[in-house]
Parts: sequence; C-alpha cells; structure tokens
Amino acid sequence: MPLADAVADLVHDGETVAFEGFTHLIPFAAAHEAIRQRRRGLTLARLTPDLVYDQMVGAGCATKLVFSWGGNPGVGSLHRIRDAIMTGWPVPLAIEEHSHAGLANRYVAGASGLPFAVLRGYAGTDLPLHTPTVSTVTCPFTGERLAAVAALNPDVAVVHAQRADRAGNVQFWGITGVQKEAVLAARRALVTVEEVVDELTPVPGAIVLPHWVLSAVAVAPRGAAPSYAHGYYDRDNAAYRAWDAVSRDRAAFTGWLERLRGATAAAS
Amino acid sequence: MDPERYTADEMMTVAAARALRDGQACFVGIGLPSRAANLARRLHAPGLVLIYESGTIDTKPAELPLSIGDGVLADAALSVVSVPEIFNYWLQPGRIDVGFLSGAQLDRFANINTTVIGDYREPDVRLPGSGGAPEIAASCREVIVVMRHQMRAFVERVDFVTSVGHGSGPKDRRLLGLRGAGPVRVITDLGVLEPDPESAELVLTALHPGVSVEQVRAETGWDLQVAAELSATPPPSAQELSVLRGMRTVGS
Repeated sequence: MPLADAVADLVHDGETVAFEGFTHLIPFAAAHEAIRQRRRGLTLARLTPDLVYDQMVGAGCATKLVFSWGGNPGVGSLHRIRDAIMTGWPVPLAIEEHSHAGLANRYVAGASGLPFAVLRGYAGTDLPLHTPTVSTVTCPFTGERLAAVAALNPDVAVVHAQRADRAGNVQFWGITGVQKEAVLAARRALVTVEEVVDELTPVPGAIVLPHWVLSAVAVAPRGAAPSYAHGYYDRDNAAYRAWDAVSRDRAAFTGWLERLRGATAAAS
Repeated sequence: MDPERYTADEMMTVAAARALRDGQACFVGIGLPSRAANLARRLHAPGLVLIYESGTIDTKPAELPLSIGDGVLADAALSVVSVPEIFNYWLQPGRIDVGFLSGAQLDRFANINTTVIGDYREPDVRLPGSGGAPEIAASCREVIVVMRHQMRAFVERVDFVTSVGHGSGPKDRRLLGLRGAGPVRVITDLGVLEPDPESAELVLTALHPGVSVEQVRAETGWDLQVAAELSATPPPSAQELSVLRGMRTVGS
C-alpha cells in the first residue's frame, strides 16, 4: 500500500499513536507523512521521543506526549517539545511520564491482553505523584507491595522494519526495542519496510511479525533515516547534531516545516 | 613527577574506570559512564560485561556510541534482547553487579534528578527524564555515580527524585523495598564522595591531585563532611591517558 494512503487510512486525528523505535528503525517517513497530512490532537506514545516527535510536536500534530526519556541522544534537548510544554507553542502539550521499565511494561500488558503489568519500580521516586497510570499492587502470594502500571493499547502503532515478504509478513533485527510489544498492543498497526523480498531468510535475533497482526505494510526505502536500519544504512549523526539549531529557533523550524510540506506538493 | 598534563574531566573518567572490576556485569548509562566503562574494559577489566538499556548484552564496541542504541553496540554484542526483556529478565532480578549512572542534580543522600530543575509543572529547566535510571538505581547490586562537581548540581535536596539513592537516610532503601545497596561511590572531577555507613550522607573520601577540601566544599550545596581518612587519588598514568585519548565516538 502506498505510504500516504496507509497513513490516511490508519492514523486519525485525536487518537493515541505509537511511532516506536529505540534509536534504531525510527519510522521517520511515516511520521513525516502524518505531518504532511496535518494530523491534529494526537497522543504520541514512545519510550524515547527524539527528533521525529520534536518535529511532530512542532508541527502541531500532538496535544499529549507519553514518554520515558525525551532528548536528542548525545546532542541535547528537544527544543520544540520543550517549547510546547513550557509556552504552549504551537499548541499546548500535556505530558505523562514514566521510566523505560514502566512504559515498556505498559506495552507488555497491552500486548498480553491484561489490564496492568507488575514490576519492581518507581518506589521512592517522585514520578507516581504526577503519573496516574502508576500505582501499587500487593502480591496475593507473598504480600509484597509492587509497582503496577496500566496497560497501554494505542489506537495505532507505526514501526519500521528491514523487510517484508510478498504476503506481508515482516522481519526486523538488530536493536528491536519495544516494537513487537507496541504492535501487538495496538488496535491497528502500520509497518514501513526497506524492501519486499521473496523469502524471509533467517537472521540471528530477528523478530518476525505475521501479516495477520498487521493492518498495512508500505515500502519506504530509507524510511528510518536519519536514524538507521541495521544492515542497510548507518545513523546520520551529523543530521542529529544539525537538528539542534533548527529545533532551537521557531523561525528555523517553520522554514524546515514548509520545506517538508512543499516537498509533497511538488511530488504530487 | 609525571610530566603529562591532563584535564579534570580526564581525571574523573580515569577514576571512574578504576572503580570497575574485571568480570563484573555493569549496566551502563550513556555519556560519562559509558566513556569510563569502555576505558575500564580497555585497561584493567577486559572481562567487564557491559550492558546497555537498548538490550545489548556484553558489548565490546570499537568506538564509543553517541546514543544508547547505536548500531556499534548491537554489532559488538554477545546478545541483543528487547527492551522489556533487558529490564524484566536482566536488571529486575538483581543479577547486575554495578549500575553506572550520571545526573543533572545529586543531593546529600545521593538521590539523582534527571527530570526537571524547579517545579515539575512549571519547570525552570526541563531535562530528558528517567530513561532506565530509576530501576538501575533500584536493582543493581551497587551503584556508582559519575558527574561533574558543580554547586548547581550538588544540592542539599534534589528538585525531583528521578532515581533513589539513599532517600532521606540509612533505612529508606529497605523500607522502600529496594534490594540493591544503592550508590556506594560518587566520582567527580574533584574527588570521591561515599555514603557514611551510619547516616548514609555523602562524605568526601578522596581528593584528586591538586584539589583542596575548600574547593570541593565551595562546589557542594550542603555542609560537606570529610572522612577521617581522606585519601589522594593517584594521577592518571601515561597508559590510562593514552588509551582514553585514543577512544573515538562514532561519527565524530
């Protein structure tokens, strides 16, 4: 399915969307399509919001961010997200904040069809004071008090993978993050892939998601750039460093956004 | 005398590397801890097992990663697991020896803040947030903190407890059900702080070469006590410096 059609069909205004990827395989192409289609009012979930959520928030796509670590790794802050949180530009952004372990387990509960997950976490930290999806539960066998986190079931998960076969089964490998859990927790799932192949030959450590748990597969070569796709292309660290100056300045960001939107108008 | 000149940051990284022992399993935070852990592996601890929250287990990267999920970490790993697995199966049960962390603020009981400076709802500075740190600080057998020693960072009480050190005193970790020992050492560019066995309050236990107690106190936001036996950190050796300076970050 063409990416523009898949995003139009599956990503709707006002919904909870997880564009997942842990440094690796970040679905930039799909997110940029959502920006071009001017999605509004999204709740964006992801463990590690980086450039792509900075861009979506700056473009006004989101009103809430569910996350556990927000930054430009090794470079600095996400200034569009910071601006939205602190000044409401271009629209106010609410936050719901977790630890990685907590948010990962929210997806695990969602994927498992359970209402919550149990973990050793959050005890003594200030996060539960501000995050209503963190609570505690008493073990019925030992009486021990443990952290509980509410299941996260996004309306749609969007992930990028190395490849799919012609039936639409998807395979990805390297750092696989929390994408399997996000896809299985979500009501709908869109996967972009580098390429379609005749056969998914085994790769060490690879995850395969069968076609019948996915809503759509769209071919998007270099669809994770400037992040990387293991075995296909490297992370463009210079692009991550260069983003800092764009992100710091509303005018520079607006120029970037106009160029991104103009790129479609020219292509269509 | 060693004629070699070195920076305070280099002394901190070398001192942090020395704190790791060969054969330990170490859960590594990005930035200063990652640099020091990779230095240790190249020096006295070739069998140090480095684990990153991106799921890379026993990774031996030839270059330093810029981010926690760089491809070099996966390429050089014994095994790569998912993020839920690294936290649930590997960190949570307490099988990791050392958690190696940094922070934006640290207080007299070694609690760590990486969330906000100021009020949570209306912060003066919004920081990245938790990442894996709260559970690393909770579940590793012990925690070592590496951070630059500055007045604005070493505060009486953190603005936000992202990761629990010793809470508000020696009994807090047990009361909270935290099974690891918590921070046992804070290594800075000026010296080393360790929790007092009685009070759990951080006290100065070592000074780096050329640093005075007054200097450390001037950069510490509480009435810093000095251990009865204050030791002197040996300066970086020529080998330590040359290996440290030879390490490159990916893409730089």
